[in-house]
Amino acid sequence: MDLSSINPILLLASLMVAATPILLAAIGELVVERAGVLNLGVEGMMITGAVCGFIVAISTGSPWLGFAGAALGGALLALIFGVLTQVLLSNQVATGLALTLFGLGLAALLGQGYVGIKAPPVAKFPIPLLSDLPVIGPVLFRHDPIVYLGITIIAATSAFLRYSRAGLILRAVGENHEAAHALGYHVIRVRLLAIMFGGACAGLGGAYLGLVRVPQWTEGVTAGAGWIALAIVVFASWRPWRLLLGAYLFGGVTVLQLNLQAAGVALPVSYLSMAPYLATILVLVMMRSGRAPGSLGQSFHASR
Amino acid sequence: MKIKTLLAGTGIALALATGAFAQDPTKVGFIYVGPVGDGGWTYEHDQARLAVEAEFSDAVETFYVESVPEGPDAERVITQMALQGADLIFTTSFGFMDATVNVAERFPDVKFEHATGYKTADNVSAYNARFYEGRAIQGHIAGQMTESNIIGYIGSYPIPEVIQGINSAFLHAREVNPDVEFRIIWAYTWFDPAKEAEAASVLIEQGADVILQHTDSTAPQAAAQAAGNVITFGQASDMAEFAPFPRVSSIIDDWAPYYIERTQAVIDGTWESSNVWHGIPEGMVGIGEITDAVPAEIKASAEVMIEAIRAGEYHPFTGPINYQDGSVWLEEGDVADDETLLGMNFFVEGLAGDIPQ
Repeated sequence: MDLSSINPILLLASLMVAATPILLAAIGELVVERAGVLNLGVEGMMITGAVCGFIVAISTGSPWLGFAGAALGGALLALIFGVLTQVLLSNQVATGLALTLFGLGLAALLGQGYVGIKAPPVAKFPIPLLSDLPVIGPVLFRHDPIVYLGITIIAATSAFLRYSRAGLILRAVGENHEAAHALGYHVIRVRLLAIMFGGACAGLGGAYLGLVRVPQWTEGVTAGAGWIALAIVVFASWRPWRLLLGAYLFGGVTVLQLNLQAAGVALPVSYLSMAPYLATILVLVMMRSGRAPGSLGQSFHASR
Repeated sequence: MKIKTLLAGTGIALALATGAFAQDPTKVGFIYVGPVGDGGWTYEHDQARLAVEAEFSDAVETFYVESVPEGPDAERVITQMALQGADLIFTTSFGFMDATVNVAERFPDVKFEHATGYKTADNVSAYNARFYEGRAIQGHIAGQMTESNIIGYIGSYPIPEVIQGINSAFLHAREVNPDVEFRIIWAYTWFDPAKEAEAASVLIEQGADVILQHTDSTAPQAAAQAAGNVITFGQASDMAEFAPFPRVSSIIDDWAPYYIERTQAVIDGTWESSNVWHGIPEGMVGIGEITDAVPAEIKASAEVMIEAIRAGEYHPFTGPINYQDGSVWLEEGDVADDETLLGMNFFVEGLAGDIPQ
């Protein structure tokens, strides 16, 4: 056992990177659920975003256009879910699961000709001055721009939900869609927009895996990250800043687990892998405020 | 009368035609643990499937199911394949072993071929490749190339096949570099690019400048490339897109000759249950080109070792070799027997850490 070989600074830095894809997917899903929609298709949207981002990045040579393409791809796939569940009133759970399966298949199909190709590199973007700080610099300020974007989205979402009028409407739609409708708000439109935002974020998360973490296209590249994102939303009891904590916890356990192994610590891997899920259950049991939005998962039609 | 004669004539003609020309093609099924596009393990199995198709053209029909999880699901998929009329089924991952044997009991007329396992039955053959021969070459090169003297190893599951690889690579790295040490991460997956990339990054952060992988995707190669000063070896497939650096050589699995031979045996009706373990001499294990990133003298000595293994003059597990606790496993000049290797569940002397149970 040689714990000294684990460098805490590098550990924390790679924790932030490992958490970014699930963080992005989870914040999107959080907004969707706050609007009262349960979209279980996160995994499918992530992987579709990953393949769209990869294709765009390869054909344009720009990873940034790739990320834009990923967001668009994810949003379009989410829109299918939106139309099915909001306009055609299909069951959200079943449609969401179907979206995951569909997304996995679609991504495999689209990615056929892209196996084994290398993605254009994404440069790190150390923030001037701040990145030179001891300890904090390498941990926080020497990442690629998407890591910062993830945190920015968290902050923006938190502010949007808490302080803006539109955020209030979105929460109203999620808590009680009939009341929101009676007040004259367009429930379906709000939900469709939220669903598309969720898809775009999931797509970005997927593209982060495909363009930065793995940098290549392989089928099944997301490998269950979408499900972890769903768990994090519950863990965070639908609050953006807690979600950041949750993503670092889940991402941190992955990285820590590998670090401990490499350092030769004889701790069964399975315990560490279980830990975040146990934490999620604990949080659900212990936190009273962890109440799901009132209309979560229910279909809405103005005639009822 | 006339019509009757005509009909009878047609009937006979048809019977002749079907008998002589339109013989039912032999159906060969493949069960893959990962996607065919993984660029590694499953990719090579699929290349071999395509080779079977090319060899027999219309006489054989192949089909496959990819990304089949190891476990109860596998049994369902294999059963489905047998019900679809497959004559021969290749199940290409260690974890499919029990499922294959179970299904085989229920379909005595279907022939099964299970990769990398040890159980056989009247209609189940086992076939495996001596990957540890390739690992010896990797260890030999890696031990001389490393500057930090830390070699990172991404293991999949702690099963004999993987442990053989670790021991073989380590023995040959130590042989050329007494200071070398191995850092091992068990990924508990054959295929999870994100996790494999993560594992590679962690090993690199902890000072490894050589990454050996026993998982199927090319993600660790990409992680090494991003790090810039780390070398890797292609696993299962050549992974030539990462040559000449970081990928400096590779182990290539070549299943095609075996698959063609076994399919031919089914067509001829001469198929019999067998248990083969082929390596470099038979061509089932190939060593990918050693690139110019490796100094010429290291490359030359590696090639000498390859030839010695090919000629059967050298066995990677030749004593003296001790167990991890220092007790003797093989005396000077002794060679490991296949039974011990197939059940290998111990590290050799010098490796740190325990094998998870």
